[in-house]
Amino acid sequence: MSFLSAEEKGLVNGLWSKVNVDEVGGEALGRLLVVYPWTQRFFQSFGDLSSADAIMSNAKVKAHGKKVLNSFSDGLKNIDDLKGAFAKLSELHCDKLHVDPENFRLLGNVLVCVLAHHFGHEFNPQVQAAFQKVVAGVASALAHRYH
Amino acid sequence: MVLSSADKNNVKACWGKIGSHAGEYGAEALERTFCSFPTTKTYFPHFDLSHGSTQVQAHGQKVADALTKAVAHIDDLPNALSDLSDLHAYKLRVDPVNFKFLSHCLLVTLACHHPEEFTPAVHASLDKFFSAVSTVLTSKYR
Repeated sequence: MSFLSAEEKGLVNGLWSKVNVDEVGGEALGRLLVVYPWTQRFFQSFGDLSSADAIMSNAKVKAHGKKVLNSFSDGLKNIDDLKGAFAKLSELHCDKLHVDPENFRLLGNVLVCVLAHHFGHEFNPQVQAAFQKVVAGVASALAHRYH
Repeated sequence: MVLSSADKNNVKACWGKIGSHAGEYGAEALERTFCSFPTTKTYFPHFDLSHGSTQVQAHGQKVADALTKAVAHIDDLPNALSDLSDLHAYKLRVDPVNFKFLSHCLLVTLACHHPEEFTPAVHASLDKFFSAVSTVLTSKYR
């Protein structure tokens, strides 16, 4: 049994092929830090995070957002084995980065908001539902190796 | 979590722009919630939940009207929403987790329809506002 139906895979891949991953990454990470300011705790070395404008234009935020979303994008290529695809990253986030997995859920939902923002009506309820499954799956995979 | 005066202004401005579309957006947010988070449908076994359902449209209008009232009384949500708070606590008893799902889908709906308004700062203010409303609606649960 597949994680996503063939139709859902079509919806996800169809939209994702139009996404500027680098840009959306920066936007999503920036909004995470603006909307949920406590998430800034992981980015003390990033410089000026003092206002929404400062965060959204911060070069380190953009660079890191790009990194994160490219990794997410790679994971999408292994949609039927997300736990396998993200095993190493899961260990890293637990053992080295000490990130509470709740943050993956927050980022996933912010990403959904950014996609809605960019795609408008094209991001209809069915497309959203498919993406909600994806972000939940990725969050779960990243939390899987925690101990 | 406290709504700053900037938050209140952002919410009022954004909600003002929505105007008469509020009911339509309420219905869309509900549809998105049922689609993305199917467990929420358990609270509506008596509804036709298919796309375009008149029951969902009517309920979306109800939700939107309550939010419009909340925006108008943003300085005193507990008082303004007291009856709704009683309703949710003693009659509807919707599990608190579900308010987060609907709040998220309201954000998604607004992002889709009003991209220019949905800046990061407004996104943050709206999220806080929906969170504050949810807190009031679940405040009498126990």
